[in-house]
Amino acid sequence: MSLFRNPIVWAIGAFTLIVVAMGTLYTVHETQQVVVLRLGKPERIVNAYDPKAPFGTSGAGLVAKVPFIENTIFVDKRVLNLDMEQQTVLTTDQLRLVVDAFARFRITDPLRMVQTVGTEQNLNDALRRILASKMRNELGKQPFAALLSPERTAMMDDIQTTVNRQAKQYGAEIIDVRIKRADLPSGAPLESAFLRMRSARQQEAATIRAQGLKQAQLVRADADAQAASTYAGSFGKDPQFYAFYRAMQAYRTTFTDQSSTVVMSPNNEFLREFEGRQTNR
Amino acid sequence: MPVHNNNDGGPWGDTPEDTANDSPARGGAESGPRNPNPWGEAPPRRAPGPRPTGTRDIDDLLRRGQEKLRTSFGGDGNGDNPVGDFFGGNAWLWALGAIIAVWVVATSFYRVDAQERGVVLRFGRFVGVTDPGLQFKAPWPVDTVILSKVEQINSVDIGATEGSAENLMVTGDQNIINLAYAVRWKIKNPELFLFELAEPEQTVREVGESAMRAEISKATLNDAIGPQRAQIAELVRERMQEILDSYRSGIEVRGVDIKQADPPAAVDDAFKDVSAAQQDAQQYLNQSRAYAQQLLASAQGAAAAFEAVYAQYKLAPEVTRKRMYFETMESVLSKVDKTVVETGGVQTYLPLPEVRRRAASAEPSAVDAASNSASGKSGQ
Repeated sequence: MSLFRNPIVWAIGAFTLIVVAMGTLYTVHETQQVVVLRLGKPERIVNAYDPKAPFGTSGAGLVAKVPFIENTIFVDKRVLNLDMEQQTVLTTDQLRLVVDAFARFRITDPLRMVQTVGTEQNLNDALRRILASKMRNELGKQPFAALLSPERTAMMDDIQTTVNRQAKQYGAEIIDVRIKRADLPSGAPLESAFLRMRSARQQEAATIRAQGLKQAQLVRADADAQAASTYAGSFGKDPQFYAFYRAMQAYRTTFTDQSSTVVMSPNNEFLREFEGRQTNR
Repeated sequence: MPVHNNNDGGPWGDTPEDTANDSPARGGAESGPRNPNPWGEAPPRRAPGPRPTGTRDIDDLLRRGQEKLRTSFGGDGNGDNPVGDFFGGNAWLWALGAIIAVWVVATSFYRVDAQERGVVLRFGRFVGVTDPGLQFKAPWPVDTVILSKVEQINSVDIGATEGSAENLMVTGDQNIINLAYAVRWKIKNPELFLFELAEPEQTVREVGESAMRAEISKATLNDAIGPQRAQIAELVRERMQEILDSYRSGIEVRGVDIKQADPPAAVDDAFKDVSAAQQDAQQYLNQSRAYAQQLLASAQGAAAAFEAVYAQYKLAPEVTRKRMYFETMESVLSKVDKTVVETGGVQTYLPLPEVRRRAASAEPSAVDAASNSASGKSGQ
């Protein structure tokens, strides 16, 4: 009968082994850090964040713990996203501005994080609250133009430093705070901005048209002057002949239709020869 | 087992009755779990019919030998032994071995495509990056591979080029611009990309938006709409790269393409009117230039014609003058009605009021001019 029991013993043995192994061994991904608690008392941190340690050397992989006595809490090691809700800020010059900001943070001290807020979600909420109030305070001290200006970067750095001080208490580090959008709120402020833009464009359009007309006029006047000078330079050589020459041209263009009637005196030069009279000359 | 039934006793010396009862049991045991074993040709396959005893003995010997090989129990003749089921476990071990072999082979090789790199993790620990090709790793669950497409260029669209959704931004001169653009990025460093950022896509998008707004807030509206678009895009790319590097994201920003930079729809008409005004101004200028060209050309033509005639006139003034006068008179008077009046005070001769009216309108002045010029000439 001992032969019969043999495989069963085997199975039990294997099962026990698996259970113990599962209680003892656990894998830690590169993106995770693990707080190990021994009967509730913090014992150690596996794969803790260390900016200098390259991947593969920081302690991730297959790790052992004492089964049933030690338990583990997994905490993200990556750069996490802190997305803030839009909020309206009143600037010192009484303009309303809708600000949408975001921050990036990392849990640098998972144990402190676990002790103070417990979970990543709680940490996220806490940081968001801190950042939102800080942001509102800081931006409310600025005139509207400053929020658009390059000084904004310095302001964001200030906010980051202050928030970072508080974040440290939660075992987190704020890497970056940025204004994603700073917009005029929809409704009256946006409309008045549009109105201002529109009137500025109308002014521009009117100016452009007037300038165009002015230039055109100058070109015409210039041409008139040049033409006059051309005429004068040429016709001035003999004004009397020009008068005659031009009169001849004028007759040809004036008497073009048959409806004209000309009353002439026989004394006229043209007719003088009819009677065989001699001219004065 | 027909062979047993046909014989008067089994090789194990059972009674015929026992054999009859036994055989189905044995048959069940053999054809069931035993068949899949490597020695699958079991006695039941033997052809029915009487056999020479000698052959049967040899068969029996063979079978016993096989059973001895097969089992750790030795070949006892007890056909309905339930432990017989367990002997089949030997086959299960083989199957298990085969499955493990297949598993090892299947999970140890992996293919990395040309545009990919494989990031190998041993129980979650980063061990290395592998290049394209067929690669070997320790079988699952020891090693896992994350394939990451390092050559692939991803694109994130921000703002919409069509539809009502506007992506409005405030420019440095406090105007508002509607901007749509795309950020092209790729993975520069697969392990940083995989391990450093929780949400890489969203990070790229937010960083892009932040960088674009920061740059737009420095530019004027006209710059952003017009000539400096490319320059702004390049500045945004640099800024994004800087920020993403500060996150150690392993992302490379390849380019930022501004697809649309327009004034918001609400003021679009006014902006269009500005360009219309520019067109108008250009049109005024063109018209005046055309006028100028015509005027100058005709002045030059008239002057040249006069000079040509004048050159001839100077050669023979009196004759030329007379000729021109008569030619003109001829041409003019040949077309019009003529009335020659001998003495003064003869208006009553003129037949019709119509003629008078016509004469009153234009001709007299022309005639006067003609006679004036003629008298002027004659005065000479």
